[in-house]
Amino acid sequence: MKQKRARTPYFWIYLFLLPTLVGYSMYTLWPIIRTVQFSLTSMRGFGSKVRFVGLSNYVQLFQDELFINSLLVTLKFMLLVVPARFLISLLFALALNWKKCQSKTLLRTFFFLPVLTTSAIIGVVFILILDPTFGPISVILSKLGYVDLARIPLLGNRSTVLATAGAIWVWKWMGNSLIYWLASLQSIPDELYEAAKIDGANSLQSFRYVAAPLLVPFAFIILVLSISDAIRVFNLMLTLTNGGPYFATETVELFIYRHAFQATTQRMGYASAAASVFAMFFSVIIILQSVVKRFVKKEV
Amino acid sequence: MKRSHIKWTPSNTILFIFLFLFGLIWIYPFVWMISASLKTNLEIILSGLNLVPKSPSFDAYKRAWVEARFNTYFLNSILTSAGSILVVVIRCSLAGYVLAMYNFKGKKLITSIMLITFFVPVGTTLIPIVDLSNKLHLLNTRVGLILALSAGGHVSSVLLYRGFFGQTPKSLMEAGIIDGASFIQIFGKIMLPLAGPVTATTIIMTFMSSWNAFMQPLVFTFSNPNLRTLPVGMMAFSKGDTIDYGGQCAAAVLSVTPIAIAYIFAQQYFVNGIAGAVKS
Repeated sequence: MKQKRARTPYFWIYLFLLPTLVGYSMYTLWPIIRTVQFSLTSMRGFGSKVRFVGLSNYVQLFQDELFINSLLVTLKFMLLVVPARFLISLLFALALNWKKCQSKTLLRTFFFLPVLTTSAIIGVVFILILDPTFGPISVILSKLGYVDLARIPLLGNRSTVLATAGAIWVWKWMGNSLIYWLASLQSIPDELYEAAKIDGANSLQSFRYVAAPLLVPFAFIILVLSISDAIRVFNLMLTLTNGGPYFATETVELFIYRHAFQATTQRMGYASAAASVFAMFFSVIIILQSVVKRFVKKEV
Repeated sequence: MKRSHIKWTPSNTILFIFLFLFGLIWIYPFVWMISASLKTNLEIILSGLNLVPKSPSFDAYKRAWVEARFNTYFLNSILTSAGSILVVVIRCSLAGYVLAMYNFKGKKLITSIMLITFFVPVGTTLIPIVDLSNKLHLLNTRVGLILALSAGGHVSSVLLYRGFFGQTPKSLMEAGIIDGASFIQIFGKIMLPLAGPVTATTIIMTFMSSWNAFMQPLVFTFSNPNLRTLPVGMMAFSKGDTIDYGGQCAAAVLSVTPIAIAYIFAQQYFVNGIAGAVKS
């Protein structure tokens, strides 16, 4: 039913949109275009002489072992942490979603506290907690008899640093996925579980045949969100390891940051090329996800 | 909030103990941090696993607050967050309102551009944002930092308002028109008050993102340490010349406290805001 009302108040509509249009153009759209533009120049810092260099930054980028390294570190980190965050949060959510579960709010608050806490603070505090001389982790390990293990600087060792940072990351973000899962689980009507119970299904079966199929679309969103968080890990890494030791945890965003803003090596054009490749890498993963999602939806 | 009493049975007691023990892993670092903030630096190194300070003292808080300048950082964080919240609520509610209520030229284009750029990482846009701010003389200023945090992005808040206003009955608006209310009055006096819960969620989500923001405040305050926010100050403190473990922990406690208090009072909005990402 369409009523004929006074004519559309265009003036007000565009006035209301103005702040978002201007802000979004200046701080999201224009910067995307500028990044590509910068990436084709020899720009070092702001106000420096700029020369058009074509695609040479990109060519150099893919010959730069440290850039390839940062892509691999990001990918490795993602493969390490996303499944862990996904599964652990699902298990806790299933437990907390159980009707007879006690003190849900208290437990949820425990898991949620790290989500509220700034990554930079978590980074600094965990440097202390993991300190190989006085940190509680090393004290516990040596009390348990693992004296050698206790002395290893978990964050200063190339073979342990990525896994350690990954564990801290999962610890920090698990509560976020937990909330996602709880919201998804609560969207399943109780009647369905009851119907399954009447049909004689046990709790494992009712999860497999009632909840799981309904959770699939949510699972994909949760996966995409976790992946996008994992790829953009910056704050935690910068404070916890600063990309070290010897680039073992230098993710793409840290690589960009180092070339863009760390004074001794400032090369903004080069960093912009890395930022463009990163945005592309990022979109490919997001697009891949939505393609798989569509495919899975058809199957179910 | 309603409280339902659940009986303790063997099975849920076992589950509770199990979850509680896991929960300890999640809160232990916070307990350790609070305990260390009340100890002397020597005691932190020597006390092993003992969490109870011998003679608790607030010295570390004094050092963090005054000497390490967390009083300034704290104020900066509050002002930056407040500014960002104001900008985000105003611009997102205005945009969400007209996107939900009216058909006009460019509506589809605006919506699809926002959806396409939803996931753009900060790392990709930061250099041009700093360049732009530099040209507008906004670099190393508070206003510049607030704009960098609030003027772009926040697509989810626009969508949240759009979704809400799309569901409010049009008759409310028509009643307003019949009463002779102007466009602004209808929005400000009728529609926006109705959207209270959406505004609360937006405030909380923006508070979380700006209070915890790191990359933008870091870059925006390189040559003006007076504008550092808590996370940036925290990093400067930990990488500084003097090693003060207790002071760092005290600073960490100070930074977490406001957002933890906000969570206690507005838990539902935190949960709704985060859950909104999977529901939409």
